[in-house]
Amino acid sequence: MMVNHPEGIAADSTGAPPMLSVKGLRKVYQVDGGEIEAVRNLTFDIAPGQLVCVVGPSGAGKTTLLKCIAGLLSPTSGSIELRGEPVVGPPHSMAVVFQEYGRSLYPWMSVRANIELPLKNQGMPRAERKKLVDEALAAVELSHVPNSYPWQLSGGMQQRVAIARAVAYKPQILLMDEPFAAVDAQTRADLEDLVRNIWQKLGVTIIFITHDIDESVYLGERVLVLSNSPTVVQEDLTIDLPVERDQLTTRSSARFTELRAHVYEQIQLAKAGTLTGAVPVVKKRRK
Amino acid sequence: MRYLKNVLYFIGLPVLLVVMWWALTLGPTNFFVPKPLVLAQTFWDVWVGERFWTDFVPSIQRLVIGLVATIVLGVIFGVLIGSFRWLRSFTEPMLEFFRAIPPPVLVPLLMLLVGINDQMKIIVIVSGAIWPVLLNTIEGVRAVDPVLSDTSKTYKITGFPRLRYLVLPGASPQIMTGVRQSTSIALILMVISEMFGSSSGLGFTIVLFQRGFAIPEMWSGIVVLGLVGIALSLISQFIERRVLRWYNGLKEVQHDG
Repeated sequence: MMVNHPEGIAADSTGAPPMLSVKGLRKVYQVDGGEIEAVRNLTFDIAPGQLVCVVGPSGAGKTTLLKCIAGLLSPTSGSIELRGEPVVGPPHSMAVVFQEYGRSLYPWMSVRANIELPLKNQGMPRAERKKLVDEALAAVELSHVPNSYPWQLSGGMQQRVAIARAVAYKPQILLMDEPFAAVDAQTRADLEDLVRNIWQKLGVTIIFITHDIDESVYLGERVLVLSNSPTVVQEDLTIDLPVERDQLTTRSSARFTELRAHVYEQIQLAKAGTLTGAVPVVKKRRK
Repeated sequence: MRYLKNVLYFIGLPVLLVVMWWALTLGPTNFFVPKPLVLAQTFWDVWVGERFWTDFVPSIQRLVIGLVATIVLGVIFGVLIGSFRWLRSFTEPMLEFFRAIPPPVLVPLLMLLVGINDQMKIIVIVSGAIWPVLLNTIEGVRAVDPVLSDTSKTYKITGFPRLRYLVLPGASPQIMTGVRQSTSIALILMVISEMFGSSSGLGFTIVLFQRGFAIPEMWSGIVVLGLVGIALSLISQFIERRVLRWYNGLKEVQHDG
């Protein structure tokens, strides 16, 4: 049955200490003419090895949440802990895949050099680096283009490079910020399966942010539905689909349709809920 | 075949102009307008031999030292000013002030302060040529992509590695634009710095010939400067093609898409 946690307690009940713990997160941006509250109050835990999708209407502060978890923004109040350690800057064991693949890869480096750079920066010996890069390239099926420049590849392939870079880095937690929003539908389906695949193989904790309801249900073991800005957790939903998923059979199963409809409803509620709040939503632009 | 075609394009217009010049100066001419054959002969006599070592080489040395100092200082200060907002606000008014001063007016001043020597000439070159490199580097550093910057932060690429792998390559297209502009200014200032109270160099030689009414000799010096300009431009094109290979490719892809 569907588990509903309106109070925002983790859907995980294994009792293990959480990988990530977000408590009372609030983020207010100072802008000309006052303050904009992007995130009001977010509280949730994520267990080690979980694949959690965060879904919400556009402008719901999803990216703000991700940047706070990644240590790129500091919260106005509340706390974020990774393995019990408070996040104050980008943590060591975390990798982030951004939506803008064209702008997150170094255009002056080959595919191989892009994947290798974080490892080189850690002072890893050459032989070990090469092994990890080769493995990562194989995992994303890009072993044939290590010496190309990223911009010589298609959008989907570029995003694969970004994923390979994250995989080679061997993070404990992988954040993905709408990574497939800018690729075509067919590529998108392939990349979704790639993420499931990598998750199963590596046992890494993944937080996958998306605005796409189908995608969140298809990918996640758990879906956090965010309300409209100022953001709270609207719903914390466990996705009880089988672990082995398939674009055709999973998406056409009755349970998938049910879950999808449920998330859709929640999003609609989330949108409606803000009409009373009437807070202007400004996307923060950083320069 | 393509190579041959490029060479023909490269020398086509110069050859055409020389032929026209030759045809127009067949009859009697103004004393100050040399004939091509006379000029070619003079060029050979003047510049292949002792003058090459006493005037050409010292000039080029000062130019190269001045240009290297310009680029190094321009990039260092450009990276610093571009990286720190407070430093930018702090230095901007002064930069505008110094940039507006025409460097040739510094020559008499520097002659008094530094003396009539190589250092003075190099300082003149640097003081005038640094601005394009400096300002373009500042812009280039400021324009580093925020997503790429976040990516580097999440992978803990900070400090010197950040400079080496992110900031400098990211700013390299603008830096190269600045270097190209600075190079032509440096050449001009090299000549000007040698025209005042100097005893060697291309600028000195040209003024010397002009004062002695050695007109074809004077012209031959101007030709040398033109050739130096071409050589500098070829060198910078060569370097640019290597350093900015990624950038030119990226631009091409973006134009197609």
